[in-house]
Amino acid sequence: MAKRTVYMDHAATTPVDPRVVEAMLPYFTEGYGNASSVYRLGQEARKAIDEARADVAQTLNCTPREIIFTGCGSESDNLAIRGIAFWNRDKGTHIITSSIEHHAVSHTCEQLEKHFGFQVTYLPVDKYGRVDPTDVEKAITEKTTLITIMYANNEVGTIEPIAEIGEIARAHKIPFHTDAIQAGGALDLDVEALNLDLLSLSAHKFYGPKGVGVLYLRRGVRLLPPQTGGAHELNRRAGTENVAGIVGLATALKLAQGHREENNRKLIALRDRLIEGVLSSMLDTQLTGHPKERLPNSASFTINYVEGEGLLLGLDMMGTAASSGSACTSASLEPSHVLLAMGIPPEVAHGSLRLTLGHENSDEDVDYLLEVLPGIVERLRSMSPLYTTAS
Amino acid sequence: MYSEKVMNHFMNPHNVGVIEDPDGVGKEGNPICGDLMEIFIKVKDDRIVDIKFRTFGCGAAIATSSMATEMVKGKTIEEAMEITNKAVAEALDGLPPIKMHCSNLAADAIHAAIEDYLEKKRAKQPA
Repeated sequence: MAKRTVYMDHAATTPVDPRVVEAMLPYFTEGYGNASSVYRLGQEARKAIDEARADVAQTLNCTPREIIFTGCGSESDNLAIRGIAFWNRDKGTHIITSSIEHHAVSHTCEQLEKHFGFQVTYLPVDKYGRVDPTDVEKAITEKTTLITIMYANNEVGTIEPIAEIGEIARAHKIPFHTDAIQAGGALDLDVEALNLDLLSLSAHKFYGPKGVGVLYLRRGVRLLPPQTGGAHELNRRAGTENVAGIVGLATALKLAQGHREENNRKLIALRDRLIEGVLSSMLDTQLTGHPKERLPNSASFTINYVEGEGLLLGLDMMGTAASSGSACTSASLEPSHVLLAMGIPPEVAHGSLRLTLGHENSDEDVDYLLEVLPGIVERLRSMSPLYTTAS
Repeated sequence: MYSEKVMNHFMNPHNVGVIEDPDGVGKEGNPICGDLMEIFIKVKDDRIVDIKFRTFGCGAAIATSSMATEMVKGKTIEEAMEITNKAVAEALDGLPPIKMHCSNLAADAIHAAIEDYLEKKRAKQPA
């Protein structure tokens, strides 16, 4: 089989849709005005932002004033968590989160804990990576001022029961934030149906540009902005607006959410064939994350006796881009905190592989992956002292 | 992130396998940390005449195993004891800093194999 280029790392980032690029282009060289300026050029930029804001608000079923544009998904998470925590500091200093959050959430919580005297509860997950809503309720104290649980996990694709958690948060009048960065293009973002007070998005996860994100903030919920300066974004996020980026985000979100069901149908068919193919072609290989309640594009595995980075290098030599929660693929030496929280032993967690599909992937791409992967695994296993010990 | 030499040794590693009836075996690392190396040596007249390895680990772990075994093959055990993890990394045109400690264990594993050989040899000699 001829070598081909296959990108299966859409949870890391996605290519920008050409229609998105087209919508953005005028705002670099012609409509370059500062949206705070009174003259026509500035007001044209303002109009573009207003329209983008209205479009995003429509998708989220909220009002435009509740949409804050940010510089990325991590910034949205930081603004939400730090902003709510500091605004309510006199009321309480307790935060509830899960043990499988993205580092944009978990490291922000850890910093509040370590340097600012907050208490953080990191809820456990089951073997599929699901938080139990009753655990959320049990963790609530008089001092709890924020609950932050992700919508869908970036490593294993598991979808969390956030509508239920939101209901609990609402009953206790505690602001509820969800990191929806992996869910943006694939899942329902109706903040009313999901009982959300805050939600983070990032454009580059749904075929939009890098460097622009959204934080939805429910009217009446107050936060202390970590970034101060001008009165941009209704005093909630200072900094000259990234007009082209904001237009790109809104265009990409509209396209992704507008074709969500048909896109998901196609992705789920590819994903399930990929999962079945991987599990049936190799022994000692497990699906990680929930078998059904998972993102339509996400297939994640642990492959015993091998280390994830070797898999990625081997796949890269065959033109295929994938990802792993292995320690060696990150700056830390610990294997994935997500897999460990799910009860997977560290030596197995080192052999994780994440394949995340996108619009441009075809049946032929899946066939190619299934053709090359077993050979790469077999070669690494044949070198591994763990393999012969086991067999 | 890796040099061409590292990638070459990762894709086509030298001296992979086990030696049945080895004169010395050395192990370094721990699968919980993500790296485990096993080195097998055959010694004749105080010279390493054959060496094989098995490694569970990242690209750097496999490449350093390959390079280190290549560097000591045919050397006397005295010469082989002088090889360092640093020298192995240099022979590969360097490793990313994060890999210098976690995945660069091959020289240590070779030293362990030689110690094992010397110990067995001492045990065989009449007291």
